[in-house]
Amino acid sequence: MNIVKIDQSTVPVTLSLRKVCKDYNGLEVLRDVSLDINKGEVICIIGPSGSGKSTLLRSINWLEEPSSGNILLNGEYIGVQKLDQGTFKKLNDKELSEQRARMTMVFQHSNLWPHLTVLENVCVSPINVQKRPHSEVEAEARVLLAKVGLSEKLDVFPHTLSGGQQQRVGIARALAMNPEVLLFDEPTSALDPEMVTEVLNVMNALAAEGRTMIVVTHEMKFARDVASKVIFFDKGRIVEMSEPQSFFDNPQTERAKTFLSH
Amino acid sequence: MNDSLSILWKERELFISGTIDTVLLVIIAGLLSLIGGVLLAITMKSGVKSLQNFTLFIVDIARSIPFLLLAYIFYYGLPQLGLRLPAWWAGLFALTIYNTAYLGEIFRSSWSNLANEQIETGRAFGMTKFTLLKNIIFPQIFLNSAPLIGSQFIVMIKDTAFLTIITVQDITFAANFINTNYFKPFAPFVLALAIYWVLCHIVEIGVNRVTLLADKRRC
Repeated sequence: MNIVKIDQSTVPVTLSLRKVCKDYNGLEVLRDVSLDINKGEVICIIGPSGSGKSTLLRSINWLEEPSSGNILLNGEYIGVQKLDQGTFKKLNDKELSEQRARMTMVFQHSNLWPHLTVLENVCVSPINVQKRPHSEVEAEARVLLAKVGLSEKLDVFPHTLSGGQQQRVGIARALAMNPEVLLFDEPTSALDPEMVTEVLNVMNALAAEGRTMIVVTHEMKFARDVASKVIFFDKGRIVEMSEPQSFFDNPQTERAKTFLSH
Repeated sequence: MNDSLSILWKERELFISGTIDTVLLVIIAGLLSLIGGVLLAITMKSGVKSLQNFTLFIVDIARSIPFLLLAYIFYYGLPQLGLRLPAWWAGLFALTIYNTAYLGEIFRSSWSNLANEQIETGRAFGMTKFTLLKNIIFPQIFLNSAPLIGSQFIVMIKDTAFLTIITVQDITFAANFINTNYFKPFAPFVLALAIYWVLCHIVEIGVNRVTLLADKRRC
């Protein structure tokens, strides 16, 4: 494995994965995944279906509880509290929820809440989770929805929107929490080709703003253009991790070569 | 016929107080069993197997007894165990328990139809269990099961008529009273029917309103 070292010693590490493992009844889905993500980096994770990419993303915010290993967000353990003896104690529902709110997710199928309008979908979490004042949240939500081009759709219900529009609401909803990391789980895989572009454009803009993003994707062009690092993931492991240029032009492993040749 | 009408007019206060009694019973028992149903549904979806099975068992029993028998137990049965309740209170408790079981089951099945992704998304956004219940789960349960909740309330309105038998002075009691005192059964019973019909119709109008709202908010 050839990891290109960039001197980022001055940039703080936002998210750190240390030997994260996950198994379901003996089936190993994640094996010893270790990874540091610096503030402002965009990490694209690519790899075949069933390789554990989504599980990795879902382990970061503990939607899936890792079997072993640690995840640290800005130096703070996720899901557990380190005790003096070096052992770990699981956090309770409230404490874990507070951590999850700091790294919001955009899903493959937007997963908007159907009983809430577009504006309510964006506002409900900041108001009820972060307990921020209603008027402030709503003003900010309007700005975010304008940014993703949906100012006209504030009061409609999700089912009246196209897939691409729903996904852009999903992005605005994730941004409204002002997260330290944005997690994207194949945000364009379920979309028509035409709609893929409108969603990728929004994601491009976010990367340019310096947001820290982890993106599980099959969009190779996006990965090449936007990623700070590309991770090739297979059978629950990081097979290769490098800058996009060198990964796409000169993959180091046979597995990655085969994958990219398709 | 004129006779009958003048009797009804003379005894109008009986009907008015009977209607108030019925309406109060339905409103109070309705609110209590809505709350009870919510708590039951939460228990049945708690994920704690033993608790879930126990609650399902109790709900099953409550739903398979005739309402009249439950009212009998509260009014005639409990005094034998040393707890004597006034008829109105016995009726209220019987109504509440009976409908809590039904509403709990309605909420539980509606909850089971919610896509799991919606709840998981809420968790990913940092919602605690309480926030999820308040903002994601129960708003949708109420919207989606409004027609079922409505028919349960209509059943409840009609079940109150049974409480005449345990001497609650409701609408049916008023009609019966006139029948036994004046031997003119037709008019008072028709009036009673009309009042029940109006009450049920009011519930239906409410349900239709909520259903319209729900249709807009459905995925």
